Amino acid sequence: MLYSEIITEAFGTLFINKLRTGLAILGIVIGIGSVIALVSLGQATQQSIQDRIQSLGANLLTVIPGSQNTGAVRSAAGSSTTLTLDDASAIANPQGQVNTVANVSPEVSKRSQISTGKTNTNTQVIGVTPPYLAVHKITINDGVFIAQRDVDRAAKVAVIGPQVANDLFGVGVNAVGQQIRISGQTFNIIGETASKGGSGFGNQDDIVWIPLTTAQKEIFGINYLTSIALEAKSQDVMVDAQNQVGYLLLARHKFNNPAQADFSIFSQQDILNTAASTTATFTTLLGGIAAISLLVGGIGIMNIMLVTVTERTREIGLRKALGAKRKVIISQFLTEAVILTFTGGIIGMAAGIIASYIILSLTGSPFVISLFSILLAIAVSAGIGIIFGLYPAQKAARLQPIEALRYE
Amino acid sequence: MIQVSHLSKIYITGDVETIALNDVSFEVEKGEFVAIMGPSGSGKSTLMHMIGALDAPSKGKYILDGENVEDLSDDELADIRNRKIGFVFQAFNLLPRRTAMQNVMIPMVYAEIPKKERLERAKKYLEMVGLRDRLGHTSNQLSGGQQQRVAIARALVLNPSIILADEPTGNIASNQADEIMAIFQKLNDEGHTIVMITHEADIARHAKRIIQIKDGRILSDKNNGFQRKVRGTK
Repeated sequence: MLYSEIITEAFGTLFINKLRTGLAILGIVIGIGSVIALVSLGQATQQSIQDRIQSLGANLLTVIPGSQNTGAVRSAAGSSTTLTLDDASAIANPQGQVNTVANVSPEVSKRSQISTGKTNTNTQVIGVTPPYLAVHKITINDGVFIAQRDVDRAAKVAVIGPQVANDLFGVGVNAVGQQIRISGQTFNIIGETASKGGSGFGNQDDIVWIPLTTAQKEIFGINYLTSIALEAKSQDVMVDAQNQVGYLLLARHKFNNPAQADFSIFSQQDILNTAASTTATFTTLLGGIAAISLLVGGIGIMNIMLVTVTERTREIGLRKALGAKRKVIISQFLTEAVILTFTGGIIGMAAGIIASYIILSLTGSPFVISLFSILLAIAVSAGIGIIFGLYPAQKAARLQPIEALRYE
Repeated sequence: MIQVSHLSKIYITGDVETIALNDVSFEVEKGEFVAIMGPSGSGKSTLMHMIGALDAPSKGKYILDGENVEDLSDDELADIRNRKIGFVFQAFNLLPRRTAMQNVMIPMVYAEIPKKERLERAKKYLEMVGLRDRLGHTSNQLSGGQQQRVAIARALVLNPSIILADEPTGNIASNQADEIMAIFQKLNDEGHTIVMITHEADIARHAKRIIQIKDGRILSDKNNGFQRKVRGTK
């Protein structure tokens, strides 16, 4: 029997029971649709996190103080006060042993309350030097960034992010030239940065930058650094830079075993990897939940096919009496099941893509749809038809023609 | 054509053995019109299943058109039914919601006959049973007699060795039953071998030979000297 006959026959049978066919397909549509939509959402999240981290600077290395050990007591990471401006200068020294780093940005940062007298906000205050701009890929939208001269004389000037400007002065008001108060001290705003986008933790738009020296002496009252950001000369020398800086700091802090180091160095790549693996887990989890609905859809198909086989017992008996072989009966029922799931798969794919497009455009995330998930959905939907259709089809093929013909 | 020798069929349900057929032997030659008669429970349906290769006997031999129908797999039996036997059932057994043409084409699809030839042959045989203007009607749009004529066309379409009819007029109004019997007689006159199962003496009288069965045994096997002829269909 020609396969085209079987397919025509299967479509004919499915068309007769429109409602039942529709409902069976719906189960698969929901299953495949949710798998595609949720995986796409996960991938979009992953993409936007990666984009954001990349925007912080691709060749960025960060040195943070390690934990301080007093005898056997080990305090929290970052609590050490051993990282100093001299460390940063030693790394930056062009005659020194570090030759893979392009820019060095010593930083102190802390959350503080900022006020204008009328309004106030709580945000990150970072004490910086001019290289900060290059290391963190910040662009100035209005005014200027902190200059070396501001650092040298511990000037009370500040550069603010657009988020801070909006919070304090409202949208569309020119912040440059205005004054803000940080810890009781008045600062002149000399610049506003361009928006880098993003929200929540690590938002680059919600920061106030002031000269490093001003921050250390006037605001925080400390003489150490909370971090040193480094820009490697290229992506290829990241590991070299990490090693050179590491050994330099070890020597300066008088340790000879790297395990004892009172600082740690991590690269943007490390953060990226962590974030990527977190979101990958998240995507897998979402996909897994959606796969359960696909499984339920598959069981729905099996149920329908079993009902169909019972209902069409007489037909099967007749077909066998007229000369249908087992293989033909199996193919006939299997084809019906695969048509159901395949049609469901195609519709579900379209529904999933549309749903994820709508959700992603509402949240403003980039729309990502992988060819892999589409191919997988098609293969899985056809596969489900075979897996869940096989048992009913075999049950049909095993029917004895006399039993089947006698069936009322 | 049909050689049945010492055929027995025993059904076992739990510990109870039911002997449906007990050592039945007979032969049917090409061109015969045989009626197998008996009351219900006599074993005539079981015999029909054996002859129709729908079921395998417990004991004995069955040779159909020179082929030994024994120890055959399900698929081989399906093949024999397809090529050699044309079934006409009491309940017509047409596929619902399919046209007369589609129903007649089913056996040809399984015999892998090309589509063009299938259409030609289906049309030819439907015209032969007088349904020229009903080709596109679905089975629920046809009367009982018309449905049975579609079934006869379906039985004939692969030119089988025998036509096996099981109570062919059992579900049909008596005036239409005569038309059906007329078709059978016409087919027999053209040389088709017909084996018909019935419990109605009136219907059996159309056959040339009548085999009586009771309790799984052959009671009598005689030529019907008073074969009742009916007029052909309009």
